[in-house]
Amino acid sequence: MSILIDAWTIAWKDLSNELKTKQTIGMMVIFSSLVILVFSFAFDPTNNMVKAVIPGLVWLITIFSGILGLNRSFLSEHENDCLTGLRSAPIDPSSIYLGKVLANFIVVTVVQVISIPVLFILFDYRFLGAILWFMLIVIVGTFGFIIVGTFLAALAANAKNSEMLLPVLLLPLLSPLMIAAVQGTRIVLENQDISDAISWLQLMAAYDLLFLAACFFLFEFIMEGS
Amino acid sequence: MKELGNMLELKNMTKILGDKLILKNVSLVLNKGETLAVIGPNGAGKSTFFKCTVGLLQPTSGDIIIEGQKIQKNSAEIKRKIGFLGHESFLYNTLTPMENLKFYGKLFKVKNIDEKATRLLKEVGLHYFKEIPIRSFSRGMMQRLAIARVLLAEPDILMLDEPHTGLDQEAVALLNRIIKQKQTNGTSILIISHDFDQVHELADRVTILNKGRITETIQLTSDIDLPKMKDWYAEAVAQK
Ligand SMILES: Nc1ncnc2c1ncn2[C@@H]1O[C@H](COP(=O)(O)OP(=O)(O)O)[C@@H](O)[C@H]1O
Ligand SMILES: [Mg+2]
Repeated sequence: MSILIDAWTIAWKDLSNELKTKQTIGMMVIFSSLVILVFSFAFDPTNNMVKAVIPGLVWLITIFSGILGLNRSFLSEHENDCLTGLRSAPIDPSSIYLGKVLANFIVVTVVQVISIPVLFILFDYRFLGAILWFMLIVIVGTFGFIIVGTFLAALAANAKNSEMLLPVLLLPLLSPLMIAAVQGTRIVLENQDISDAISWLQLMAAYDLLFLAACFFLFEFIMEGS
Repeated sequence: MKELGNMLELKNMTKILGDKLILKNVSLVLNKGETLAVIGPNGAGKSTFFKCTVGLLQPTSGDIIIEGQKIQKNSAEIKRKIGFLGHESFLYNTLTPMENLKFYGKLFKVKNIDEKATRLLKEVGLHYFKEIPIRSFSRGMMQRLAIARVLLAEPDILMLDEPHTGLDQEAVALLNRIIKQKQTNGTSILIISHDFDQVHELADRVTILNKGRITETIQLTSDIDLPKMKDWYAEAVAQK
């Protein structure tokens, strides 16, 4: 129980700071809007083919704007060696990881809440599918991305050129999750049989659980060296 | 003032970092209410020794015993008992002094955080700046706040790694006053310092850590004055 409270304390420290400055979220929203804008010029929105690129775009903007945020999430902990301060506190080291996951997940979700409607509007897509299923798929997919991304961000933060290292490590690991997420999103957005989407969703949920457990237990070891 | 009994005992602590043997069989006893100064040349392994004790580094071998109880690996218990002041301040630049203290207060499960934090900020002379993000603080102000952070959880053992570095005269006097007050309250203190004046003023006992080994220890009785202590140190380090 106290591990969750400590995690929330750490997450809230990051989030309240973000509420004050809005730096990271602002940057991420601008980035994803620009990507959407560029693609809306690249593909002619009147073309029927466009529908086929929307599921991919949803995840493209999530991943690439998310990486911007992930790169920064451990940066503040390295100023004044705050991470060591956290590690010298009487808390489970994994609560640092959970706190960062929570904070990153909330930030990315806020960005999605803004950028996905923008995507639909600019591509002139009228939502006909099951919105709850769509939201569920987006949440489960994003959560998996953040689980792996936060872990790798912590790992990369100790290395030189961390902002380059993170995507190079992250993207290959994410590919099974992203294949499932894009397929699931496509099925829901095209209003096809929902049972097909459910099996993709199950795959994503299994991925999330597996990586959450692994990252949770391994986090202690990547903290040791820093 | 002095109670009997061991507060902290380290047995045969060894640490290998990379392929270098940094600490070689370090054993040491800190009595209750005692102030022990650890001195030694740069790179002797003093900071590494502190980090192993606090649990920031895993000792390669050796035991840590607090109040007669052997400490398990990486336990939260030892971290609650020890207040660790490191080379860095561990403070968040974007937060104000008050927010920093409240954040750490929550992690250390401190009761009445607001009240305690306000009192401590007054004590270290930062009350006037309590709502300003610490990014603009000078080195000395940061150190004052770092000291307040360590004191917030009211630890039984204070481990201070070069606490006087970068402080002005006034802040040095302030820190010494705080340390002395803690001494009268029965807090056990381990202090690393290169400042012999402060060591002589504060410590009950001085030990030399040189090249990863504890070489010599003296009790600072009243007949050992500052020049005598300096001579003793110079001699002890020269031997090796
Ligand atoms: N992470 C590390 N990896 C390898 N060697 C290290 C590491 N940290 C410190 N050292 C080495 O350990 C020795 C002791 O360092 P330190 O404990 O900081 O000395 P002191 O605090 O006494 O000046 C130094 O020789 C330093 O080079
Ligand atoms: Mg040192």
